Amino acid sequence: MNTLTSPETRTAVSVTGLRKTYGEKVVLDGVDLTIGEGEVFALLGPNGAGKTTIVRILSTLIAADAGTARVMGYDLRSHAARVRAVIGVTGQFSAVDNLLTGEENLFLMGRLLHLPATERRARAAELLERFDLVDVTKQTPATYSGGMTRRLDIAMTLMGRPRLIFLDEPTTGLDPRSRQIMWQLIRDLVAEGVTILLTTQYLEEADQLADRIAVLDHGRIVAEGTPEELKRRIPGAHIRLRFADISSLDEAARELREGTRDDEKLVLRVPNEGGVRSLRDVLARLGDDVAVEDLSIHAPDLDDVFFAVTGNASKEKSQ
Amino acid sequence: MSALTIAAQDSATMLWREIKHSIRLLRLLIVSAILVPVVMLLLFDYILGGTIGRGLGDAARGAPYIDYLVAGILVMTVAGGCGPTAINVTMDMTGGFIDRIRTMAVTRGALLAGHVGVSVLRMLVATAAVTGVALLLGFRPTASVADWFAVVGIVAAFSFALAWLSAAIGLVTNSVAGANGSTLPLSFLLPFLSSTFVPAGSMPAGVRWFAANQPFTAVVDSLRALLTGAPAGNSPYLALAWCAAIALVSYLWAQAAFRRGAR
Repeated sequence: MNTLTSPETRTAVSVTGLRKTYGEKVVLDGVDLTIGEGEVFALLGPNGAGKTTIVRILSTLIAADAGTARVMGYDLRSHAARVRAVIGVTGQFSAVDNLLTGEENLFLMGRLLHLPATERRARAAELLERFDLVDVTKQTPATYSGGMTRRLDIAMTLMGRPRLIFLDEPTTGLDPRSRQIMWQLIRDLVAEGVTILLTTQYLEEADQLADRIAVLDHGRIVAEGTPEELKRRIPGAHIRLRFADISSLDEAARELREGTRDDEKLVLRVPNEGGVRSLRDVLARLGDDVAVEDLSIHAPDLDDVFFAVTGNASKEKSQ
Repeated sequence: MSALTIAAQDSATMLWREIKHSIRLLRLLIVSAILVPVVMLLLFDYILGGTIGRGLGDAARGAPYIDYLVAGILVMTVAGGCGPTAINVTMDMTGGFIDRIRTMAVTRGALLAGHVGVSVLRMLVATAAVTGVALLLGFRPTASVADWFAVVGIVAAFSFALAWLSAAIGLVTNSVAGANGSTLPLSFLLPFLSSTFVPAGSMPAGVRWFAANQPFTAVVDSLRALLTGAPAGNSPYLALAWCAAIALVSYLWAQAAFRRGAR
């Protein structure tokens, strides 16, 4: 009798106190995570924050130094083989076989997943169609674009119909069009009820795709919540006006009282929640007489979230 | 399905993959695995063979130099297969394929079994081809049918040992160039520091002891004895013992490196 069936659970991943050090370097410093089944969870953070390390631990590639983790109900340490049977992993760098054709790559996965031959062919054909790779099925990935290679990589991951998918920076290095296609593919997966753990450096990507986001910094989760919850914690969009001299700045600040001024840089930052309309309004209120040297529009980005949740003052970015 | 069936299936899958790879890289493999040893055979037989042959004295046993040379060239042919094997394994490691299958419920040893299996196959095919060329060039073995079986057995055992060693080297190097460089001592240096071209006993004192006692010499001497009837001594047993030892140590090394995964 098999007594190791997955317990009744709505939790796909639960992690407590995860730690990992490489020599002196602390990569994960006590990470707690809970991901519900069917959820898209984004780990957001800069390079070196520990995102990939979390994925490598949860996908059984490396062992944590401390902490416990359950994936789809199975303990990671004692039942790694069970975990492997229900997850799919697409790493940061495409792990396709460059000497096999697109189709053969999928067949290879099908064979390794022990799918019967008919199901293997049907599933491969279905994925090639869905991932828009039909024209290149008989070609090796050497002839593919970056976006096509990444799509083949994810198609390989999906051959086994995993219930939990790890996508480690799925759009890093892709052009905007390929990124859009990838986002749509991920949304389609979500619609099928697959749980996704996604890592990304881009707030926009997390915002577009994730139900919940955890912001990771130096191996710690510094903020967690829905995109809306997180965005409430960040300074909003603003217009940044730079002036030639302090008298122009004084004059502008009198007109735009909601702005915050930086005398040293001769900069006035004015909140701009209303897009073009409020931009036109700001300029109209400023009048023709105040000489604006430079104008730029800032949307909140990862840096803003970062500085907001780590409690540091928002950094002035160079243009 | 039992674990054993799955292990066999996974290994067969990896074997299938490696055979596909070998077919895609056929021209490259023909050059590196067959052409290079044939060129060595021609160089040493036609160009240097006259002088070396006369210098061999009793070791030549009155036969042309090619009869002495071929056993060593066959060993070089096997060793020439080390580079491609190490490179293939390294590419799987650096290209993320090994990490990919480590996250799947795939039998742990299957990938390396595939690499080693096809590596041995390539080495055997190349050795057979080079033997054919040697026969065309005037190599006249005196081996009986039983001797030929023994030759195939020793070549296979040596191929198996070097394939595991190459796989282990491939797992611990970080680049294709590194994998290639790390196998050069196997494919180039050790054959010269053995009884491949001249008897170890004729070498300068500094390297004589090493050349006489290293594994390549045991294998070359045993093949030469079987092919041409030269005195075998205990060389066939020594050769097989070396092969077993190299295979075992390399196997354990490779398994440990595979478990560690990509760095």
